[in-house]
Amino acid sequence: MSRLSLFVPLGVFVLILVVGWFGFSLDDRRQMPSALIDKPFPEFAAPSLYDQARTVTRADILGRPTLVNVWATWCTTCKAEHAELMRIAERTDVQLVGVNYKDDVAKAQRWLADFGDPYDMVVVDPDGVLGVELGVTGAPETFLLDGEGKILYKRVADVNRRIWRDELAPRLARLGIVEKDLPEQGGR
Amino acid sequence: MNMLPEFGQISLACAACLALAAAVTGLGGNGARGELLRRSTVSMVVGQFVFSTVAFAILVTAFVNDDFSVEYVANNSNSLLPWYYKISAAWGGHEGSFLLWIVIMTLWMVAVVVRRQNYPQRFANRVLGILSLLNLGFLSFAFFTSNPFTRLIPMTPADGADLNPLLQDFGLIVHPPLLYVGYVGLAVPFAFAVAALLENRLDAAWSRWSRPWTNVAWAALTLGIALGSWWAYYELGWGGWWFWDPVENASFMPWLAATALIHSLAVTEKRGTFKSWTLLLAIAAFSLSLLGAFIVRSGVLTSVHAFAVDPERGSYILAFLALVVGGSLTLYALRGGGVRAAVGYQLMSREFFMLINNVILVVSLAVVLWGTLAPIGYEVLTGSRISIGVPFFNMFFVPLMLALAAAVSLVPVLNWKRTRWAAIKPAFAYALPLAVVGGGLTLYFTEPRLVMVALALMLAAWIVVTHANDIWKRVRARSSMPLSYAGMTIAHLGFAMSVIGVAVTSTQSIEADRRMAPGDQTELGTAAVQFVGMQQVRGPNYVADQGNFIVTPAGGSPYSLKPEKRRYLARGSIMTEAAINPGFMSDTYISLGEPLGDGAWAVRLHFKPLVRWVWLGCLLMALGGVMAVADKRYRRLRARQDAQVREVHESAAGQVST
Repeated sequence: MSRLSLFVPLGVFVLILVVGWFGFSLDDRRQMPSALIDKPFPEFAAPSLYDQARTVTRADILGRPTLVNVWATWCTTCKAEHAELMRIAERTDVQLVGVNYKDDVAKAQRWLADFGDPYDMVVVDPDGVLGVELGVTGAPETFLLDGEGKILYKRVADVNRRIWRDELAPRLARLGIVEKDLPEQGGR
Repeated sequence: MNMLPEFGQISLACAACLALAAAVTGLGGNGARGELLRRSTVSMVVGQFVFSTVAFAILVTAFVNDDFSVEYVANNSNSLLPWYYKISAAWGGHEGSFLLWIVIMTLWMVAVVVRRQNYPQRFANRVLGILSLLNLGFLSFAFFTSNPFTRLIPMTPADGADLNPLLQDFGLIVHPPLLYVGYVGLAVPFAFAVAALLENRLDAAWSRWSRPWTNVAWAALTLGIALGSWWAYYELGWGGWWFWDPVENASFMPWLAATALIHSLAVTEKRGTFKSWTLLLAIAAFSLSLLGAFIVRSGVLTSVHAFAVDPERGSYILAFLALVVGGSLTLYALRGGGVRAAVGYQLMSREFFMLINNVILVVSLAVVLWGTLAPIGYEVLTGSRISIGVPFFNMFFVPLMLALAAAVSLVPVLNWKRTRWAAIKPAFAYALPLAVVGGGLTLYFTEPRLVMVALALMLAAWIVVTHANDIWKRVRARSSMPLSYAGMTIAHLGFAMSVIGVAVTSTQSIEADRRMAPGDQTELGTAAVQFVGMQQVRGPNYVADQGNFIVTPAGGSPYSLKPEKRRYLARGSIMTEAAINPGFMSDTYISLGEPLGDGAWAVRLHFKPLVRWVWLGCLLMALGGVMAVADKRYRRLRARQDAQVREVHESAAGQVST
């Protein structure tokens, strides 16, 4: 008994390792193409964040290349992602549509006021109904749509500089949207 | 063309080669003709330090010179950045911070070299070998998966992407280095434990050797965590100081283990019990700091702190973790058994209270570990994500920490082995009622009045009373107080201070969200706050809207607070810069929300009583830990005759067998 008990820490560690390994290999799933790729973005109707009486539908977001970003204030990764979205909003003409997912409207408004609002429009999905349509598993997730609403690319987890450079920017360039070289305000 | 970054890369490779060689000579070179190998181990350890430092200096030079042909510099710096942030940006991202980690690792190794005369030669050699092996793992990780010297040629950008504005702060300059001193420092007691297992010398000497190293690493970790918490408080603009964020937890877990280890080492040294348990804690503390590195750097969990996700890095760290922790725990399972000692102690003894302390700390550790890893496990099993929030942690931590406080308060009256009731009686008969009255009186001033706050105040007061009484008795009897004992007392008082700070600030704070236009006046607790107006200000690399508020506390003189809403030019990101009037008894904290039109702003006002006590308590704890190291006992380790004699016997035995 006493000798065996010395192996208990090793056993606990192996268990942690197994969880860590599987949790880690889930990352691969983030890279996997979604079943929605090359399919049209689903029809939806959802209230706008700033004016809940107003309903935004699929038709409202068509017409130009669009990034649909699923986010929430309870999601810490979204906070990390935010600066990059702000940069994209400032430097490109891509339309940014936010889907505020399973969240509180007041908190969401406060968040955008605090950290800046990169979105051209934000819709709310308090119960995750739209999320189910989109096959969302969590936040953040980002879809790239062309002007006709076809899904070209889906990113599960944060959009960071690397994802922008390697995945989003090249695809957007083909749609005619390029990063503007903004003059540094205030100069050097 | 500037070739310096290539030299940096070569330096890293040289350090890795030396680490490999030192690991071989350190762990293998203990045979008959070991003397030359032993000396070469020492010089190769110093070599690792020199080459790592050169690499780090080159990286800092690249930042200072705005060498944007280096990818890491281009991603984390900008020509507009002030010079001090250019230097600290060197550890603002994954690659550079890991290089800093390595430099600190080699610093610890050099420290072991400096003190090697205090330990038997074979043992010191083993320790250096184990540390070199660990460093080899770190260096190859940096070299193969996180090279900070990768170039962007010919696609060199004209300017850098800038350091994340959240990190452009004094906090970032000091927080990571201190934290890493703590994380990596735990490698030393780990190496001592593994060396002791390898050498089969699980005696009190081993624990005495480990204690100063553990204390310094623990003190640095304490300061690093406190600094991080302070930084989050003033920089994130939410007035919070602890978020149970996975990365905070990653630093908290090794801290809990190290705290348990410090206490358990004391028992092992003084009384010769808990041996097996102490070994396990030494292994666990460092393993948890590696697990923390895995959590932060692999992208398995994401948070504000997280670095860029890269699957290659995650699998590397996981493999390294499996080797280091799996290997040492296997060694423990095979060798750690023969060290049980039959030394008895009674219920009312320091040993038993150390056991209580260890149980509480390890249960707390398990809670944090569960709260951090369960979301991953849940995702593995069900495919969907959950988030374990603050209520989960608070539910466990409030009672656990209160129980710990009760145990701490009895420490001054307890003796080793057994304590007569007459010695303990005053703690219950006089100190406890005094603390209850004192805590109860303080409770009168709280709003809302909560049972848990009352308990926390009373228990903290109990700690203060028993410890103060102990000091008073010693001063009156003119009995000497060793530095290590004084250190313990100060650390325990620091713990009481933190308990009071946490209990009061988390329940008694006032938070108000107001719409305010210039000229408007509002109230925050008993203070009057007037919004004078807004103005535009320019920083070195940002422009800001700066609000001017005049705060007039009841019966005090007015002062002004100027919170800012900053827009950083390079990334266009918006940051909220809170304005804080710090005070020993309370902070007044104002941050700007959104502009509401017509010159009005949403303004967030906080009144935070005793919030500084949380960090001041940590400061006292760290001070206590360092004071204990300065105790004469550890300085006089040198020239321990018996160790020397044993050494001679051992090498003689070695000669016969080889």
